[in-house]
Amino acid sequence: MVRRLAIPFGKEQGATLMVWLVALGITVLFLWLLSDVIWQGGQAINGAFLTQAPIKAGLEGGIAPILVSTGLVLGVCMGVSLPLGLGTALFLTEFSPQRSHQAIRLSLDILAGVPSIVFGLFGNAFFSKVLGLGFSILSGGLTLACMVLPILIRSIQVGLVNVPHEYRQAAAALGLSRLGTLKTLILPAALPGIAVGILLGIGRAIAETAALIFTSGYVDRMPTSLLDSGRVLSIHIFDLAMNIPGGEQNAYGTALVLVILLIVINTLVSWFAERFRQSKLQIL
Amino acid sequence: MSRFKSEATWRVLLQILALCSGAILLLILGFLAWETLPILHTIFLDQFWRDPGWYPSEQAYNLTPMVMGTLGVTVGAVLVATPLGLLSAVFCQYYAPTGVAQLYRRLIELLAGIPSVVYGLWGLVVLVPLIAKVQPPGSSLLAGTLILALMILPTIALVTDASLASLPPSYWHGSAALGLGTWATVQGICLPAIRSGLLTAVMLATARALGETMAVLMVCGNVVQVPDSIFAPVRTLTANIALEMAYALDLHRSALFASGLVLMLVVTGLVVVTDRMTDAPES
Repeated sequence: MVRRLAIPFGKEQGATLMVWLVALGITVLFLWLLSDVIWQGGQAINGAFLTQAPIKAGLEGGIAPILVSTGLVLGVCMGVSLPLGLGTALFLTEFSPQRSHQAIRLSLDILAGVPSIVFGLFGNAFFSKVLGLGFSILSGGLTLACMVLPILIRSIQVGLVNVPHEYRQAAAALGLSRLGTLKTLILPAALPGIAVGILLGIGRAIAETAALIFTSGYVDRMPTSLLDSGRVLSIHIFDLAMNIPGGEQNAYGTALVLVILLIVINTLVSWFAERFRQSKLQIL
Repeated sequence: MSRFKSEATWRVLLQILALCSGAILLLILGFLAWETLPILHTIFLDQFWRDPGWYPSEQAYNLTPMVMGTLGVTVGAVLVATPLGLLSAVFCQYYAPTGVAQLYRRLIELLAGIPSVVYGLWGLVVLVPLIAKVQPPGSSLLAGTLILALMILPTIALVTDASLASLPPSYWHGSAALGLGTWATVQGICLPAIRSGLLTAVMLATARALGETMAVLMVCGNVVQVPDSIFAPVRTLTANIALEMAYALDLHRSALFASGLVLMLVVTGLVVVTDRMTDAPES
């Protein structure tokens, strides 16, 4: 120990230099990536890009049907995962006995780490094949619902756990039932936490590609029902970049749209999280 | 009385929802296993590494090149990203002024949120041509390693950052009293103290790198071969699934599910071990 701590004088300066250089290097790389997407993407984006259908596999035209498909897939995903996630989080934090709690928690922790391509395989085998939904927005949305569930449940749980214990004590003292306390006190107080969960779930779902390749599919037409195949933004980027010669420009345009959506979602997350903290401070 | 009844109903309803959520993992495992069965019934397990190559149409299912590809990019990415992520966390905690640290942390969080397909696009358009200038074709093990390293760096940086932040300030008081400099304290006291946190970070990053699909699919070249240099194109297990699932039938499809199942079991193992480590009290 003593020998390791006896460091010659010049080493401190060298280390400082190294740490700053690493940080600077990472910043430069990141700004390079971001400015590349903004610069190249900015040239592709205009009003028509957002409102037209793709022409020649996306080489020309815009991404309107792709935006609609993305919205529908997200809608299905959140429509299914939100009730499931909210119910699970409520059960785990408010009702559950310790043992089943542990089992479900472990199962969700593992689920959170499952690679997205495995969700794709599962979605293809279960939703597309066994349930007969084929390559459709519905299969894609349901697959994503399984995928975002852990992150959704965890954030809602954090929201619920952070509701001050005094609320529950006060409600119990007033003779409110557990259900009444839940509905009138705890859920409203946990609302910003739930909002954070929903936004994080949407953020994860909208960035996803691998799970959707063989569940919601590649078709770039305007979907007319949830049983149609629909191409989402991330798959459009992948297809343009990999399979369409000269498609980079519009791939960048689509990537910029995706990144902007994600930044908006991130900003909302911090805003809600901040509000959550403040509202608690005011009451206490 | 009705109040209690409705509470009991709600309780049961919520319990059912929770059980559904918990069952998804079993459902996934079950379906992967079910789809894997046909090939296990038909070929011997050792054919996955003894067959003459990966020619699914001729019943040859050697997955060795893909396993080597996955291991290559994963190990490379972890080796590159760990020191950088670690130093980046040290920078945030001890070197940067508060304002800069906050800005930098925000940047790393943003980096963590960028979709893998965007990393892949950038890698394909910017990084691959750069590597091709040194040694064609550009799409290679090296490209995959670097892009993956960039993608897992935020995971390592953020987890390590949190571990460093949880160290008691008394460590710093002690080292200041001994007259130690910043780096001496970091190297001699802080880093040894967060060993388990660092290990968690590395394991999470490994799990993420193993399962990553889109970025490696876009920059690695996807040639089925055991790479002989870092400039050789490779195909990972995940890329193999993504490329061939669309048209795979029967045993071919089953072989892809088998590789997915193995991937899932390895990643699950990593997550469970990490979980145990985080739960165990620090000594």
